[in-house]
Amino acid sequence: MTETLLHNDKVISIHNLCKSFGDNKVLDGFNLELNRGETLVVLGRSGSGKSVLIKCIIGLMEPDAGEINVLGQNMLSLDHEQLDRLRVQIGFLFQSNALYDSMTVRENLEFPMRRHWYKISQEETNSRIKEVLENVGLPHTADMVPAELSGGMQKRIALARTLILNPDIILYDEPTTGLDPITGREITNLMGEIQDKYKTSAIVISHDMRCVKATADKIIVLLNGKCYAQGTFDELKSSNDKNIKQFFE
Amino acid sequence: MEIPKSIKLFLTQTGELAKFTGRFFSEAFHPHYEFREFIRQCYIIGYKSLPLLGITGFIMGLVLTMQLRPTLVDYGAESMLPSMISLSVVREIGPVITALIFAGKIGSSIGAELGSMRVTEQIDAMEVSGTNPYRYLVVTRVAATTVMLPLLIILSDAVGLYGGYLGVNIHAITSYKLYMTQAFNVLDFYDVLPAIIKTFFFGFAIGIIGCYKGYYSKKGTEGVGLSANSAVVISSLVIFILDLIAVQITGILGYN
Ligand SMILES: Nc1ncnc2c1ncn2[C@@H]1O[C@H](COP(=O)(O)OP(=O)(O)O)[C@@H](O)[C@H]1O
Ligand SMILES: [Mg+2]
Repeated sequence: MTETLLHNDKVISIHNLCKSFGDNKVLDGFNLELNRGETLVVLGRSGSGKSVLIKCIIGLMEPDAGEINVLGQNMLSLDHEQLDRLRVQIGFLFQSNALYDSMTVRENLEFPMRRHWYKISQEETNSRIKEVLENVGLPHTADMVPAELSGGMQKRIALARTLILNPDIILYDEPTTGLDPITGREITNLMGEIQDKYKTSAIVISHDMRCVKATADKIIVLLNGKCYAQGTFDELKSSNDKNIKQFFE
Repeated sequence: MEIPKSIKLFLTQTGELAKFTGRFFSEAFHPHYEFREFIRQCYIIGYKSLPLLGITGFIMGLVLTMQLRPTLVDYGAESMLPSMISLSVVREIGPVITALIFAGKIGSSIGAELGSMRVTEQIDAMEVSGTNPYRYLVVTRVAATTVMLPLLIILSDAVGLYGGYLGVNIHAITSYKLYMTQAFNVLDFYDVLPAIIKTFFFGFAIGIIGCYKGYYSKKGTEGVGLSANSAVVISSLVIFILDLIAVQITGILGYN
């Protein structure tokens, strides 16, 4: 298996993905491919199914039809244990941060390490916590609870929690939405730093064009449940299609 | 024929709740216990409601005594007062009132807590962190309410009886020993046992309904409030229904 992983540089490939809720067809034959080390941005208006898409990728939602391949494994045929093992390699930054508000920052960061199938020693745990908190520029917050932190700080801690298991792939669900422009830019910079340092592959969902411009290697426009267009930032920016143009205005 | 929407909603919700409850039994006895979290929940749930249930239990005993007394005096049966208090507190009023207050306090807080964990995606985050959120959040809370409510009811009964003792002493001097002897003489095994058994069901119902409402909370802050609110309303109703069933069963078994 390792060999296929090494030679196959597609870390995620999605084919003909369909998902509906009742009569509401959210994804309708969506395709996507993510290469190793690449950052892919999914553009789409609110309610177009971007969150549904990445929740299918990590197995939080089950699609009605289609194929999802992550790191060479077919997501939809995995049992619980295999899914847990695969999820260790995928980090997910939730739109609403999803920090456990009954726990301190340290406990939040320890949670994924304690709960996954492999054991990590206490020293290793402490050094990783120190490392990720320094990475996100908040080294002195370990003993605070999420309610004491500002929105931008919460986002950073959530990002730190995403990084703590050294994932190969990071899925960002609207990382800058709801933050002021300055904080949003800081988060964008942080995403760039992480990419440089750990060479992760990433899918970013965003409509913050500044963030898109800074992070995207490739952009996919999601419209009516399908992959409407794809290309680099500059290619799409110069497009004359009104469905694409509206994102760049 | 078109089924009215409200009836349809009621039936689907009941079916979903039954499925949710069924899942409890399949997940609870799975060899992957969240024992630490269970103990923590027992502590939180028991400790949080202790003062409130103590005070209400005390007032319940006191008021009951003050209300019963004039009637019994009319019939010249004042000496029956301790027995009457103890029978009504232990068999009926203690379990039901305590369970209702517990539903208001703990049912709503479970509904709101899980509801806000749902809308802020904390439940999803647990799932991607190698944790089964049903086992971690629901099983532990339901087990904790099932275990803690009977204990709290025993405590509240005891405080209620003490309240009754003070109530008796407002008008007449009765020794503590005489009061307690009379109160306990009238109780036998078949008064106490069914009353205790039904409290486990009350605790289970409050826990599972609070969790169900929170776990499937609608998006938005409104959804969280609705979860907390309907958790209390539904579990209060279910407490009365369970009580009705319990009294029928003990009646059929001849324990009444
Ligand atoms: N659990 C769900 N049940 C029913 N409908 C859902 C659910 N999750 C998402 N949807 C619907 O799917 C559509 C896309 O949602 P989402 O992916 O969250 O949008 P966005 O692109 O803004 O992230 C919306 O119309 C939403 O109503
Ligand atoms: Mg979304």
